[in-house]
Amino acid sequence: MILFISSSGKSLESPPNPRFGRTEFFIKYDLEDDTWNALENPAAAQSGGAGVAASQYLVDQNANVAISGRFGPNAYRVLDSAKIDMLTFDKSHNTIKDVIDAFKDNSLEKV
Amino acid sequence: MIKIAVASGKGGTGKTMVATSLAEALAPDHKIQLLDCDVEAPNAYLFLTPTIVDIKPAVIHIPVIDYDQCILCSQCVEICEFNALAMVGEKIEVFEQLCHGCGSCSIHCPAQAISETPRKIGDIKFGSFNDDRPIIFGELTASEPMATPIIRQLKATMRSDVEVTILDSPPGSSCPVVTTLHDADYVILVTEPTPFGLHDLRQMVGVLEETNTPAGVIINRDGIGDKTMETYLENKPYPILMRIPYQEKIARGLASGILLLDIIPNYRSAFLDMFLAITADLVRIK
Repeated sequence: MILFISSSGKSLESPPNPRFGRTEFFIKYDLEDDTWNALENPAAAQSGGAGVAASQYLVDQNANVAISGRFGPNAYRVLDSAKIDMLTFDKSHNTIKDVIDAFKDNSLEKV
Repeated sequence: MIKIAVASGKGGTGKTMVATSLAEALAPDHKIQLLDCDVEAPNAYLFLTPTIVDIKPAVIHIPVIDYDQCILCSQCVEICEFNALAMVGEKIEVFEQLCHGCGSCSIHCPAQAISETPRKIGDIKFGSFNDDRPIIFGELTASEPMATPIIRQLKATMRSDVEVTILDSPPGSSCPVVTTLHDADYVILVTEPTPFGLHDLRQMVGVLEETNTPAGVIINRDGIGDKTMETYLENKPYPILMRIPYQEKIARGLASGILLLDIIPNYRSAFLDMFLAITADLVRIK
């Protein structure tokens, strides 16, 4: 199962980024073997439709789960029709690692 | 025909006051038309009180996918500059409110699977003031996010048999303003001598330096704020066309929908003189 977490930096110690469409990075985390890498969000600097473009990126990358602070209506429509689960973190999660642990504990909120 | 656009950067500096004053000053002796391009909040009609003679829908053409023809190549998704399309599984999602109606998707579709259907985003209203001078203004439907398509359509309805076209621009310096100013012969920048006025005027100057459009400045509410505006303009090729001192009488009059020329009649000749100076400047440039 592949998680995409919106992140302000490129490591597991980076703070998660609450914005989905315009996040600087995504941490792509593979739960199968606990491997991960940081990807630049190609939609971050789009003048419009960043939510749609970021969602399309997740679809193309075969993501199973998207985790962010919140999802806009356009992103929701794409991710929902691609059957990508949407979960949200909150202020209690300080790092990407916290978010992944919370996902494993089943304590993130489902959209 | 001369096209004179009135722009400001900062909102509320007096664009509509200037556009309607110029229109009213010229209307008796010149064939003019006024286009109110501030389609999110058109207000020139409040001052010129035109008779509305016609209303036409403003539409954009959005894509419709024919799945019998579609080969799911996703070229339309990739070509769309505005991210209005997404491909999920065997379906193309169309985001109507992101679509600018540019037609690129249907042109590039290798399977001719995309047709277009009109979607109404507002109205274009045609009126006349001062006997038979046309005023045309757009009105974007509430909740519609995009002003540029309606401004383009509004400008396409402009009459060509007039001497002067006055374009009242929206505030700001982004796409709707650039669309309004596109192909204008001259721009009147209305500003106020405050740090906010200067900040936003600089952004407008940035646009004009790209387009190389000649322009001049009207300093409205002259006497308030500070002198940084004057210092800034000293090194720019934009003459100060007029100063309108801050007066409570003007503010009160405008707030109740009275034209500047009716509040202080001397401004009629001031605006006529300014128009002559602008036309002389344009002749000199050409």
